[in-house]
Amino acid sequence: MNAANGIAIRARGLTRRFGNLVAVDHLDLDVPRASVYGFLGPNGSGKSTTIRMLCGLLTPTSGDIEVLGLEIPEQAEALKRRIGYMTQKFSLYEDLSVLENLRFLASVQGMPHREAKARIDHLLVEYDFADRRNQLAGTMSGGQKQRLALAGAVLHKPELLLLDEPTSAVDPESRRRFWDQLFQLADQGTTLLVSTHFMDEAERCHRLAILDHGRLVADGNTRELMRDLPYRVLLVETTKPREAQAIVRTMPGLAGCAQVGNALRVLLRRDAHADIAALLARAGIESHVTEVPANLEDVFVVATTPAAQEPKRAAGAAP
Amino acid sequence: MIALRRLFAIVFKELMQLKRDRLTFAMIIGIPTIQLLLFGFAINMDVRNLDAAIVDQADTFASRAFVQEIAQSQVIRVRASLREPAGIDALLRAGDVSVAIVIPRDFDKRLARGDRSFVQMVADGSDPVIGQAARQIAQFPFTRGSVTPVEVLNLYNPERRSALNTVPGLIGVILTMTMTLFTAVAIVRERERGNLELLITTPVRPFELIVGKVLPFVGIGLVQTTVVLLLGVWIFHLPIRGSLLEVYASALLYIVAALSLGVFISTFAKTQFQAMQMAFFTFLPQILLSGFMFPFAGMPRAAQWLAEILPLTHFIRLIRGIMLRSAGIGELAAETYALVAFTAVAMAFAVMRFRKSLD
Repeated sequence: MNAANGIAIRARGLTRRFGNLVAVDHLDLDVPRASVYGFLGPNGSGKSTTIRMLCGLLTPTSGDIEVLGLEIPEQAEALKRRIGYMTQKFSLYEDLSVLENLRFLASVQGMPHREAKARIDHLLVEYDFADRRNQLAGTMSGGQKQRLALAGAVLHKPELLLLDEPTSAVDPESRRRFWDQLFQLADQGTTLLVSTHFMDEAERCHRLAILDHGRLVADGNTRELMRDLPYRVLLVETTKPREAQAIVRTMPGLAGCAQVGNALRVLLRRDAHADIAALLARAGIESHVTEVPANLEDVFVVATTPAAQEPKRAAGAAP
Repeated sequence: MIALRRLFAIVFKELMQLKRDRLTFAMIIGIPTIQLLLFGFAINMDVRNLDAAIVDQADTFASRAFVQEIAQSQVIRVRASLREPAGIDALLRAGDVSVAIVIPRDFDKRLARGDRSFVQMVADGSDPVIGQAARQIAQFPFTRGSVTPVEVLNLYNPERRSALNTVPGLIGVILTMTMTLFTAVAIVRERERGNLELLITTPVRPFELIVGKVLPFVGIGLVQTTVVLLLGVWIFHLPIRGSLLEVYASALLYIVAALSLGVFISTFAKTQFQAMQMAFFTFLPQILLSGFMFPFAGMPRAAQWLAEILPLTHFIRLIRGIMLRSAGIGELAAETYALVAFTAVAMAFAVMRFRKSLD
C-alpha cells in the first residue's frame, strides 16, 4: 500500500487529450505525504488539467492514478471527503458573508453541527476573520478572499489539499502569510499540491515538478534541482550588455542569456569550457565574469529550453 | 439518494442569496403585477370605438336612424361623414378610420324588401381584430330589419370580458417567464462564477444541487400565483368558481414543469446571457400556441400537435377549467398527466446532461 509508505499521490502514464491537443502527456508523479509539492509551469502547461484529474473532476484519457490509497476516478466519491480543493478563481459565494460561506461548506461536507461550530470559530480566529465574520465575501480584498478560500478548503480537515494557482491575484505580503499557513498545514500532516507560475513560490516547496507542454521536464527536491543543474550560471557585468548579449547568444552549449540590469545572466553547459570574458574582449567589450549559484529560474529555463533537453536527460539518468 | 442536510444547506444558501439580490426580488412581485395590469386592461378582444366613416348616400329618415343606432352600440365612433364613397380609400389608407359604412341610395327600398344586404361595410383587413369586429357589426340586430340576427349565448363569460379569459392564463404566462428564466439563470450563474467547480469537489451530488436550487423557486412561484389571483379578484372581479386548493395544485404542477424546463436550458447555456436568450426562445411558442392569445381550435393541425408538447397549453386548459368552469381536477386528469410527463422527461434529460457538462 502506497498510502502506508508515505506516498499521497501516485500517477503513472497520466495522459489527457482534448481533441488533437495533448494537455497532459504521460506524466509520472510521486507526491510524498505531509509535504508541500509544487507544480511549476507556464500557462497552458497542463497544471490545472493534472490537478483536476487527480481529484477526479476530469477523467484521464489513459494512465493510472492512486490518491490516498484510492483508485481515481473509480473511487472519486470516497476521495471527495478527504481532500480540499482551492480553485484559481475565487469560487465561494460573493453574496454570502464569511460566516455563511463557511457554514454552507460545513453542511455540504456533512460535518456534525457542534463540530462544525467549533471548527468555524477556530478558523475565524486563526485566519483573522473574527472581526469580519459578517462581511460579504465579495467586498473583501484579494488577499482576504484567498484566505477565506483556504479556510473553506481546510474546514473538514482534509488529508490532501490541492491548490490551483492560489496566489495569482494577491499582493506579496498576503502571499507570504499565505505560505506560512501552508507550511503550518504541512507540519500538521497535510499533503499540499500547489501549482504556481511564481518562481519564489515554487522555491519554497519541498519538492517540485516542472511542467512544459503537458510533459514533466524536471522533478525532485527543490534544493537538489538547483544544486545538480548541469549548467554553470555566470554573471557577466559589462557596460554594453546589449552588444555582449548578441555575442553570447552565438556560443555553443548555451541554455539561456537574460539581461539583469547592467549584467547578463548566462546559463552555460558545464562541459562547454568557453571563456566569455576573452570572447567579449575580442569584440572590444570589457566585462567581469563571476560564477553564481543556480536559482530556480535557472532550473526552469534549462528544463523548458528544447536545446538544453538532451544533457539534462543524460544527467537525470546518471544516478 | 439525497442527503437532506446538504439539500437544506443549498436551499438556505439560495434563499440568502435571493434576499440580497434586490433586482430579482423586485421582479418576483413586479413582473406579475405589471403584466396583470397590462394584459388585463390592454388585451381586449372586444373592440370598442372603432373609428368609422359614414357615407350616407340615401340620407333618409331611416338611414339616419340606422347610423344613430349603430353609433350608440359604441362599436364604432363616427369620425367622418362623406357624400360619396370615393373618399373612403384615402381615409382608410391614412389610418384615419378603420371601417367605412356605405349606405346606398336605395336603402329604404332594400330595407323594405329585406331580401339583400342593405348596407356595405368596408373594413381595414390589415388588422384581423378589426375584420372580426366588422363581422360583428354586420350581425347587428337592426330593429327595422326583417333579417333575424343570430343570438349568441355566451356561457361562463356572459359579459364577454376579455380579462376573465386572460387572467387565469396569465398565471401560466407569468410562471413560464419567471420560473424558467430564474432557474436557468441561477444555475448557469453558479457555473459562470466558478462556484460549481468547488461544489463538485465536495460530496454534493448533481441531483441534490439541482433540487436544492430549484426548491426556493417553487415557493416563489406560489407567491406569484397568489399575487395574480389577489389582483385578479380585486381589480378584475375574477371569479374562482372551482376549488382554490385545486387552483394551487395545478399551479404547483405547472411551476415544477416550468422549472424543469429551466434546468434543462441551463445545461446548454454557458453564460447567464445565453440562458436568458434560450429561455425567451421557449416563451414565444408557448405564449402564441398555448391558446392564451389565439384560440387553439383555429390553429393548423401541425401547430396544434406542437402546442400539445408545450406545458403551458395544458396548464391554460387546466386553470381555465377550474377557475371559470368550476371543473374538478379529476375531470381534467389528462392535462395533469401531460404536465407530469413533461416534467419527468425534462428533468431526466437535465440531470443526464448536467453530469456530462462537468467533465
